[in-house]
Amino acid sequence: MTEKSSDTITGGAASAASPADYIALMKPRVMTLVVFTGFAGLVAAPADMSILSAAIAMLALALGAGAAGAFNMAYDGDIDAVMRRTRLRPVARGIVPKAEAYTFGGVFTLASVTLMALATNYVAAGLLAFSILFYALIYTVWLKRSTPQNIVIGGAAGAFPPMIGWAAATGGVSLDSLLLFAIIFLWTPPHSWALALYKSGDYAAANIPMMPVAKGAASTRRQIMAYALAYVAISLAPLVTGLGGLVYAGAAVLGGALFLFLSWRVLNSRAGEAGTDADGLYDVRAGDRAARDLFAFSIAHLALLFAALIAEHGAGLHFALTRLWS
Amino acid sequence: MTEQTPDTPRRLTPEEEKARKRRNVAIFWSLIGFILLIFVVTLHRLSSNIAAGG
Repeated sequence: MTEKSSDTITGGAASAASPADYIALMKPRVMTLVVFTGFAGLVAAPADMSILSAAIAMLALALGAGAAGAFNMAYDGDIDAVMRRTRLRPVARGIVPKAEAYTFGGVFTLASVTLMALATNYVAAGLLAFSILFYALIYTVWLKRSTPQNIVIGGAAGAFPPMIGWAAATGGVSLDSLLLFAIIFLWTPPHSWALALYKSGDYAAANIPMMPVAKGAASTRRQIMAYALAYVAISLAPLVTGLGGLVYAGAAVLGGALFLFLSWRVLNSRAGEAGTDADGLYDVRAGDRAARDLFAFSIAHLALLFAALIAEHGAGLHFALTRLWS
Repeated sequence: MTEQTPDTPRRLTPEEEKARKRRNVAIFWSLIGFILLIFVVTLHRLSSNIAAGG
């Protein structure tokens, strides 16, 4: 009896990975925030754009974020397997081979940048390519394992989406788009360090020099407060330039006040002191609740700010909803 | 975490066979979708440029 060639396998073909595992490789939750902030940048930009171009630009942005996530999971498979929060990721579980994850990232990088260039312009495509490479090389390969400033500098990668959306609509970069970049850039440290405070055991086990591991919980709590002040201050800047209106003002002022209050609670808490990490993303040890609350609210606040921009600019002012094609 | 690079070819298990088929179908439709997207974007660019007199 002759054996069919399709019955024999080499390399990664022997994987039981399903398409859902490859979707998980793209970090869909991060992708959601990337697309949301990118869409806000696109809508807030003072330029007209067809719905078709806008939709393809957002698809390209989503694919680019997915590519960056795949590179990150491929490179970090070893440390993801050690951390409770990430041990079920497809590469960490061994269900998606590392080489396939790299290939997947490469293919999606090419596809997303090509689509962005064709559907919008080279500035947006260039920014997208740069942000993917920044996340994959500067953050993942270089900074993440070498310095407690990893997420401060690396946070720039996550701050690019509104700039990319803005560039997709206008073909350029402006003060307002830089402000949107700065808002996410300064939001990242208090957001990530709040999580790191109650997951510090995980990071220590994986030898990642996150701030609480490298400098201690007390220092991290002080730095969270400092960055929270800077973040809330810069989030008010769109009110000065005219980018944000009344809705945005409400989100920035009231939400910012709550953000500062929660950061102050973290500062005065014992969050991040020695103990055993809990399993889930939002599960905490006693004493860490202040950090968990800040982490959860930080996501809501950023989403609220950008939702306010979409609400103010998206109601037909700059985004012609009737224009499907051109 | 191990890279799956067997020295000698072996038969796929039924589960692997099923997973590979699902992956192949996903790749097929992704490629079709990408080709269609490029086609639509090209038409869109062409019509915009023609309308602009370029």
